[in-house]
Amino acid sequence: MGMKIDWAALGSVFGVSLAATVGLVGLFTLGVVGLARHESATATTAGQGGAGTAGLARAGAYACFALCVAAVAYGIRLIVA
Amino acid sequence: MEHITLLLGIVIVTALVFDFTNGFHDTANAMATTISTGALKPRTAVAMSAVLNLAGAFLSVEVARTISGGLINENGIRTEVIFAALVGAILWNLLTWLLGLPSSSSHALFGGLIGATLMSVGTSGVNGGVVVTKVLIPALAAPVVAGLAALLATRLTYRIGRRTDDRATAKGYRAGQIASAGLVSLAHGTNDAQKTMGVITLALVTGGVLAPGSNPPLWVIVSAGTAIALGTYLGGWRIIRTMGTGLTDLRPQQGFAAQTSAATVILASSHLGFSLSTTQSCSGAVMGAGLGRRGGTVRWSTAGRMFAAWGLTLPAAGVVAAGAEFLTGQGSWGVSVVAALLVVLSGAIWLAARRRPVDHTNVNETVTGEPGARTAPAVTPSPASAGDLSTTIPAPPGSTGEPARTARV
Repeated sequence: MGMKIDWAALGSVFGVSLAATVGLVGLFTLGVVGLARHESATATTAGQGGAGTAGLARAGAYACFALCVAAVAYGIRLIVA
Repeated sequence: MEHITLLLGIVIVTALVFDFTNGFHDTANAMATTISTGALKPRTAVAMSAVLNLAGAFLSVEVARTISGGLINENGIRTEVIFAALVGAILWNLLTWLLGLPSSSSHALFGGLIGATLMSVGTSGVNGGVVVTKVLIPALAAPVVAGLAALLATRLTYRIGRRTDDRATAKGYRAGQIASAGLVSLAHGTNDAQKTMGVITLALVTGGVLAPGSNPPLWVIVSAGTAIALGTYLGGWRIIRTMGTGLTDLRPQQGFAAQTSAATVILASSHLGFSLSTTQSCSGAVMGAGLGRRGGTVRWSTAGRMFAAWGLTLPAAGVVAAGAEFLTGQGSWGVSVVAALLVVLSGAIWLAARRRPVDHTNVNETVTGEPGARTAPAVTPSPASAGDLSTTIPAPPGSTGEPARTARV
């Protein structure tokens, strides 16, 4: 009856899952919200100030998405390897 | 392949049937939230999942050397034991599918192997401690880990997006859900198709066709991958309905949080040395996401039936497998009787399912009625009681716009 429960491994699964899920969902939401802001900024404010905010929001959103894509790529690597 | 006996042939076919039920049982894990939130059309979703399952079956080079992970002593296991185990697992998978309950195909197979081994060689063949470490703890921890992660992620995503219009973010969440669901499908293909390859390979070894320690032949890989992909494509719509709309009402934000949590837990657990059960992770993530939204509820009556199914999976598949093993131990007539019973009982379950069919057309109806429940011609669900629809009347097929339906954007 070799009953050895690897609590350390279970704990790290718990911690990593929690951190990665919350981190990724947060990052992705920032990207989605950033893009939505960008759209509304370009739609409502035709002035120069609006364009600047819009550009910043878009750049930030793309940075968030890039990190999420990297996470998915890492996930695929984990599955394949 | 010239030395394949009739028994071995039966075992291989049975293993592929199990693989098929595994596919359609587990489509829900990857695609239920994607379908219920409308991120993908039902048939597109199952097609995508099937393709990724098939790809997954070929991607992994790691061969499943053990089918039970040390649960039973696989040295000198008889081919009949594998057959009996598969029969128990298939029948449990079909029964839970009929009831629309997500349950673990791996646990069904484990239960079948344990039951058949107990009947065949007694308690010496089963490692009781491993049952706790490989089945019990992973099944208990999975929904807690995935549920908590999904709950916190749902809260966060609503908080960050609270001043943003739902319509503007819908496309983004849709893409996010599809990506997470794709990862779950791919991981499923590598894990679960491997399992069937392991079963067939073990059967070929016990039948003396392959040398011990051999890799699965190409035809085994191809047929196992195809069987699981076919099962996935046919889609266990009954289970998808329970997981996607029965446990809770999911909006795109929640679907995304749930699916990301499930994908993360599956990948993290299988690479940090403590595998957690996939079905339990996905169901837990859906419930966590349900609780994470303000005003969101989990239908605990449905969840309770699902928990009961989880608890029963191992013993129920085990009892059936033990009975099957008892019969196969009587000789070749016993094997024939078990094979005939499997066909008859599977057919009966299929016929019972046909009486209240669930398919891609009605998969998103918020209904978790018991089999045989009344079907009322006129339905007036009150919006105020949307918290618990599991006891209300099923909506007529094809009806649209029922109040409790998940909002589409």
